[in-house]
Amino acid sequence: MFGKKRVAVVGAGLTLFRRNMKETGREMCWEASKMALDAAGLTLKDIQCVAYGSAPDAFDGIHMKGENMTDASGAWRKPFSRVYVGGGTGVFTADAGWWHVASGLFDTCLVVAEEKMSSCYPHPAYAFTTIFDPIMDRPHGTTLIWIFSLEMHRYMHVHGIKKEQIALVSVKNKRNALDHPCAQLGAKITVEDVLNSEIMCWPVQRLDISPTSDGAAAIVLASEDVAKKLTDNPVWIDGVGWCIDSTYWTNRDLYYPDYVECAARMAYKMAGIKNPPKEIDVAEPYDPFDYKELHHMEGLLLCKKGEAPKLTEEGVTQRDGDLPINPSGGLLGVGNPIAAAGLMKVCEIFWQLRGEAGKRQVPGDPRTGLAQAWGDLMQYGSVIVMRR
Amino acid sequence: MREVAIVGIGCTGFKPITPDISYKELMFEAATRAYQDAGNINPRKDIDAFVSCAEDYWEGHSIFDEFVPDQIGAALRHLFTVTSDGMIGLATAYMLIKTGEFNTVVVEAHSKVSDITTFTDIVNFGLDPIFNRPLGAHPHYMAGLEMTRFLHETGNTREQCAQVVVKNRKNALLNPYAAHGANITIEDVLQSEPYFHPLNRRDVSPNADGGIVMVLASEDAAKKLTDKPVWIRGIGWNSDTSWPESREWGRAIYTELAADMTYKTAGIRNPQKEIDFAEIDDSFSYKELQHLEALKLCRQGEAGKLTKEGETEIDGDTPVNASGGLLGMGYAIEASGLHRVFETVLQLRGEAGKHQICNAKTGVAQIWRGIPTATGAVTILSTEVE
Amino acid sequence: MSAKIKEYQGEEVKSADIKEGKIPTVRFRPKARYMWSAGIAMSRFLNELKNGKIIASTCNKCGRIMVPPRMFCEQCFKPTDGWTYVKDTGTINTYSVSFIAGDASRIKEPIIVAVIDIDGASPGMGILHTVQEIDWKKVKFGMKVKAVWKPEKERTGAITDIKYFKPIK
Repeated sequence: MFGKKRVAVVGAGLTLFRRNMKETGREMCWEASKMALDAAGLTLKDIQCVAYGSAPDAFDGIHMKGENMTDASGAWRKPFSRVYVGGGTGVFTADAGWWHVASGLFDTCLVVAEEKMSSCYPHPAYAFTTIFDPIMDRPHGTTLIWIFSLEMHRYMHVHGIKKEQIALVSVKNKRNALDHPCAQLGAKITVEDVLNSEIMCWPVQRLDISPTSDGAAAIVLASEDVAKKLTDNPVWIDGVGWCIDSTYWTNRDLYYPDYVECAARMAYKMAGIKNPPKEIDVAEPYDPFDYKELHHMEGLLLCKKGEAPKLTEEGVTQRDGDLPINPSGGLLGVGNPIAAAGLMKVCEIFWQLRGEAGKRQVPGDPRTGLAQAWGDLMQYGSVIVMRR
Repeated sequence: MREVAIVGIGCTGFKPITPDISYKELMFEAATRAYQDAGNINPRKDIDAFVSCAEDYWEGHSIFDEFVPDQIGAALRHLFTVTSDGMIGLATAYMLIKTGEFNTVVVEAHSKVSDITTFTDIVNFGLDPIFNRPLGAHPHYMAGLEMTRFLHETGNTREQCAQVVVKNRKNALLNPYAAHGANITIEDVLQSEPYFHPLNRRDVSPNADGGIVMVLASEDAAKKLTDKPVWIRGIGWNSDTSWPESREWGRAIYTELAADMTYKTAGIRNPQKEIDFAEIDDSFSYKELQHLEALKLCRQGEAGKLTKEGETEIDGDTPVNASGGLLGMGYAIEASGLHRVFETVLQLRGEAGKHQICNAKTGVAQIWRGIPTATGAVTILSTEVE
Repeated sequence: MSAKIKEYQGEEVKSADIKEGKIPTVRFRPKARYMWSAGIAMSRFLNELKNGKIIASTCNKCGRIMVPPRMFCEQCFKPTDGWTYVKDTGTINTYSVSFIAGDASRIKEPIIVAVIDIDGASPGMGILHTVQEIDWKKVKFGMKVKAVWKPEKERTGAITDIKYFKPIK
């Protein structure tokens, strides 16, 4: 069913996520890496390679920024590579760590994701204008929120979904985030708060969106033999998946994320999962906007197309529900330092499956978990399936 | 053991500028050639993963990954970007196949450097913002610093570096893919404008545009796609410190360590005897000498002497950069490493035409990521599986 | 050991303190300028816009008529086969209304942006543009719209040679 070398997560680390951190990008990488190594009971001597992930160089303000972060990510005189798939990077970096070890070339790998968006001054949002096609899109002054709102509106229109239903996700996640020690925006809000918040780009309002943040996350991966010596409780990476759709996003129907389904199928096949809603105990899909959680739940085949809002209304996706979604508080609550946010979700699944998530712990002894990230021009899906 | 081979290669050729086509059209051409070469493989059905190598600021688009899939057949397929040289993309594809979950993987890298109107400013933008950029100097001063230290420590000479330029640009005249072939003398190099002492203008590889795509396959898949597989016997990559202030400037330690890793996997104990030729990074003239020594293809301090005595010419004992290297083919940012591999594959298949080396069975390809990094990769390719 | 860790690293600083210069900072403005070759397909597209026309490329294998045009069909992975003009009318596939600018500051007049499926191209072949001459609260999915062009003298060969799209009956 799976490759010869099984790979496990044996430690995880996270910095605080905040709008502005005093630390440089390098310092944040160091903090998260050190925490993950300590958690795994290892030192840098034991690490054989580093897989690093970070999203646009335009935020940190350093061209080839991966090369600037090598030492800080533990890669001094080691094999280092950086992967970059837009917002999908965080979860994808864990996938990259997986192939380093599963290939048999390395026994241990340190996976680090970092983002220092605040360096882009006065507001990181402006850097996003450079992700668009210079001939077709940029001349209109296109911003990131435009394309999210176009997708959200299409999704709402095709399935007849109301804003009240979508707002429930923001309410849930921000409340969940109150229990996350690193969270930037944990809060008790109501659906009315969301519906009354400032309109950014209809139908997107301020409380529908995750913030821009600084932060870093790290996990330590080990091959089966090494993992078993380090811990009684390794969490296995049983499936990885990734997929990118066509650049021509205006030629696609945005109501459904085909690219997430394609990535999920790749991961499910590897993990031997045939009935996702039944076999997945806890999931952390990417939620940069509240409607995205619903969009991705459907793409991950955790429910039928158009059904995700109903599951949310019925409380199925609460921590004590049948299918807990984003018990961490997600990007909406914890924060969105792009790549680090995705890896934060992987950390969360790691802690959940080990029963170490404290106040955020989903009950019922979860054994199989999933984290997913999205990226690019409504294009990218990266998935990881983990099991105890 | 699950061996990995290169089964298809496609290159558009390198030119100083390419104003008539977009980067998308460039990549489409390279991909079409590679898939045709790989037994007419259908990227929509038969490729398990695609690896693209690019950096945002070279391309002028953030999240450049977005703009890649369509032109290489990867729309709604399993593609991702590695922000590193094409040779590290090759290493990534190699690892994917080794996991046992992927049988065919594509690697892509291209250069459309001519689209950048502020090239030096972009290179400068890669320097550390707190400690190095504020000095306000042209970033190539780092190469000048390194060259001074290298010559001082090893005893190689300034003239020997110039000879590298002469050799490589002459070789490039025999290579239809190369952008900067020329017949020049050592005097021409030494008399060109002073750049960053002791570098002159002609010591620095000029830019070029071009695209390369390669198809890799596992042993079983390879047999179905080609009768001329080129085996990746070993591959390694390494990053020395990101703090230029802490580096040992005389040695290319990143290459030494990457080579150790590669030679170990490839079972190479005596590089000078077991390796027939080399395609290595000569982005600055002295780099070829520094990398030759780091690869242990000669003893420390001897690379210049070897060059002077003609050992590294096409008909010499250890031909180095028969293709023309970066000095002759052109500096192609992320595609630079992949075109070292491309030339190595041509040699091993006996398809290098006028710059063919005799009896080429095992070759080493090597690359450095350029200023301000201390990152590089090495790979051993061979006509034989073991 | 998430629940077991007592202290998470990270020192927050306030935006106001940064603005007032209380936090040590290094400032830099990169000079990153590019002149991207439009290439064969988009050069034709831009030249046709100057003529007040929208041109598409065609693929004989899948039969699609594609806007924006391209030299390769990404579904069939083969060179496209020809060119054909499409109309400058279309229907709204999706739309939204922006109250903020690219740097997150608020703008006075909201901008209606839409993905407009172009008539004459294959279904779903949309382009991004703005919609004007209508109250934003009255825009509907599937609404028919037509391009409003700049006068010929003012066209430069850019997507903005179309000023905006307006609703039609």
